[in-house]
Amino acid sequence: MLTSLYADQAALLDWSRAQFALTACYHWLFVPLTLGLAVVMGVMETLYVIKKDDFWKHTTQFWQKIFGINFAIGVATGIILEFEFGTNWSNYSWFVGDIFGAPLAIEGIVAFFMEATFIAVMFFGWNKVGKKFHLSATWLTGIGATLSAWWILVANSWMQHPVGMEFNPDTVRNEMMDFFGVAFQSVAVVKFFHSVLSGWMTGGFVTIGISCWYLLKKRENRFALASLRVGAAVAALGTIGVMLTGDASGLDAARLQPMKLAAAEGLEKGGEGAPFSIVPGIEVPKVLSILATHDPDGFVPGIEDIKNGYTLPDGTVVPSADEKIARGKTALSAFKTYRQAKADGDSLLAQTARATLNENLPYFGYGYLEKADDLVPPVPLVYWSFRVMVGFGGALTLILLLVVWFDYKKKISSMRWLQWLGLAAIPMVYLAGQAGWIVAEVGRQPWAIQDLLPVNAAISSLSTSAVITTCCIFLVLFTILLIVELRIMCKAVKKGPDFHNGTKNKKA
Amino acid sequence: MITYEFLQAYWWCLIALLGGLLVFLLFVQGANSFIFSLAHNEAERELIVNSTGRKWEFTFTTLVTFGGAFFASFPLFYSTSFGGAYWVWMLILISFVLQAVSYEYQKKPGNLLGRDTFRTFLILNGVVGPLLLGMAVATFFTGSPFVIEKGAMDGTGLTPVISRWTGGWNGLEAVANPVNWLLGLAVVFLSRTNGVLYLLNNLSDAALRPRLQRALKVNAGLFLLFFLAFVGIILAADGFAVDESGVVYVEHAKILHNLLNLPVVTAVFVVGVVLVLLGIAYPLLKGKWRTGIWFSGIGTVLTVMALFMLLGFGGTSYYPSTADLQSSLTIQNSCSSEFTLRTMAWVSLFIPFVIAYIVYCWYAIDKKRIDKAELAETEHKY
Repeated sequence: MLTSLYADQAALLDWSRAQFALTACYHWLFVPLTLGLAVVMGVMETLYVIKKDDFWKHTTQFWQKIFGINFAIGVATGIILEFEFGTNWSNYSWFVGDIFGAPLAIEGIVAFFMEATFIAVMFFGWNKVGKKFHLSATWLTGIGATLSAWWILVANSWMQHPVGMEFNPDTVRNEMMDFFGVAFQSVAVVKFFHSVLSGWMTGGFVTIGISCWYLLKKRENRFALASLRVGAAVAALGTIGVMLTGDASGLDAARLQPMKLAAAEGLEKGGEGAPFSIVPGIEVPKVLSILATHDPDGFVPGIEDIKNGYTLPDGTVVPSADEKIARGKTALSAFKTYRQAKADGDSLLAQTARATLNENLPYFGYGYLEKADDLVPPVPLVYWSFRVMVGFGGALTLILLLVVWFDYKKKISSMRWLQWLGLAAIPMVYLAGQAGWIVAEVGRQPWAIQDLLPVNAAISSLSTSAVITTCCIFLVLFTILLIVELRIMCKAVKKGPDFHNGTKNKKA
Repeated sequence: MITYEFLQAYWWCLIALLGGLLVFLLFVQGANSFIFSLAHNEAERELIVNSTGRKWEFTFTTLVTFGGAFFASFPLFYSTSFGGAYWVWMLILISFVLQAVSYEYQKKPGNLLGRDTFRTFLILNGVVGPLLLGMAVATFFTGSPFVIEKGAMDGTGLTPVISRWTGGWNGLEAVANPVNWLLGLAVVFLSRTNGVLYLLNNLSDAALRPRLQRALKVNAGLFLLFFLAFVGIILAADGFAVDESGVVYVEHAKILHNLLNLPVVTAVFVVGVVLVLLGIAYPLLKGKWRTGIWFSGIGTVLTVMALFMLLGFGGTSYYPSTADLQSSLTIQNSCSSEFTLRTMAWVSLFIPFVIAYIVYCWYAIDKKRIDKAELAETEHKY
């Protein structure tokens, strides 16, 4: 009986995770294009306002149409995520809601309204407001989207590296102590730039890819070359930024989530001067140490080291997984004793229990785990995702360099292989982005909040069948909508920009 | 002095305001529910769709912000209700997901499902959205079956989950209570009433106007019927009171007592209801058909705010548990820490600024009323 109940709990956890992963992956198909195209459109409309050339107006309007098709489904997939913390991760929502709710609320108040208001001006205001007001609206739509990314990534970073809070055993939750510590911690800053600039890459490469398609079809030559240049500029800024912040992310992971880094490298046994694995069997000596510590002889722990405990070069001893779990259990039992003593009015016992709790608090979350292996995320998935991200990132950089060079040489219009390559960049940039999030989110398992709350203690108490049903609904619904979106997008691209609507633009 | 108690009340008022704005903005849903019934041809359907299509994102964003603000200020409600009344919230969200894509995709080439499928989604959201939101808010009065056991976090039980729904229906049990239906239907017909008033204001179309005015009479009548029945029942019913030490007990006619004991709230309620009635009556007078939405819109916000305040203030549980009375939520036992409420109070100072730019942009877009001629030349038509 009890075994089947535990099995049901495990199934509930798997389905809850599956649903969250599914909805998050779908949402991230659309968000990066919104972030990137916002800049592409903004630059184009700025050129229109400066140059007063209707060519740029029609070019802007074409990309705005693409933006609108993508934006609708981005909004549709996003609303689920906002509420899923409550519906499927309710224990999480109470345990850290005092900290985690704030960025979500700020995102709504400060960012979403800005986005919603100015996107209406952008789409409906061409004939109704002045040029400069319209241009501001276009930029403010993008700024709204970017601000919303800031706050949701602050929330995500806090899960990877919880700071600025204190556990209160009376209310049984973590309470915020330092808002600015939460909102502007370095992990959040790095994550923001890494994610948003990967969105610029997406917007840039999608613009390049679609422009290359027109070149392949020998259509819209002026439009395609002009768009390609704007796309390349945005992609270049994005790519440089993603590389720099990717390096910083590696340092953060090594410092704060060593297990994630070890899993991403498939590093069983670590040490000083750790090698970087390109694919299994091919290693470059010392490179992992350089990436993780910026020192060729830096110490990087492997999966086994983290399970068995290790000593850092500076002498700090990191306890073994078993010891952490034992101390976590001590913390939980002290917490129980504290609450009982409080209820019984035994203030002396409450005081000692509280002291024991505080002493073991850094390991609180480990108390919900059973064995050392629970600490290890699915290594192959994280390992290969990391390679997909970095591999495609490198390939995209190369494509970008070729595009920029041959465009500068004014040869790109006749180079079919490069045009195909530009088109191929579209799936690559999406795969790299998805893979990046898999590294970040699967790599931190089992933690909902690093060291504080594992996913099995974060879920809602629901029937497994309810979660299976909603998960299947979202799978079917989002898949259909994705197919619809892609078809509409392809039709819109095939139709191409409209340079002949001059009469339509005149105010009646 | 800005005390913890003040901050709790302040945030409850903001939640009430967001709730009120959300119900007002459901005019988008209400108007959409008329796409097939009120419009007789494609040109008229386009008028309705494009008119609400320039406003739907405000409703959507207000819903998201309502959720986010509730999470930040009263996280125990967020975790208990969303994680418990799972199906009600999921169905609401799915209806809004369908709506979000339907405007943009309904007439685009390649949309696979066809124009009328997407319009059916709009109607589905137009009816199911308000109905379920109304029923969910009705459970704030009638109660839900849940248990809160914070000690569960010690990890010795089968699961460490603090808030648990009992009975296994995960929100669908709300459907079994007819009182919940009364508020659900009242919100549906209020949305339709406000939808008609909005279209009267926003559209300039001689053929649609008399039909809108007829629809106004029917839907306003049904709204009043369901709303008054709901208010009558909850005023007389047993309510959930809380004493000084936080113990919850059942008090006969608790909401009526609150209405009598909280004169400011009563005033807000009365002014709200009167404004809604004025908004309904105005367009039925000759030559005044345009102004109704402003009265009924402000009236809707005030009335909903008053209902929330009757639940949150005067020693009342705003989210009572029928499974375990002492698990019931009050604004004191479910709110965030003083630090978080205070920080978020600073953030809330952005709200007037946000409202100002919304009003400004709304005005800029709506300067000219929508007619068929404008739709023929617009850059972005649904």
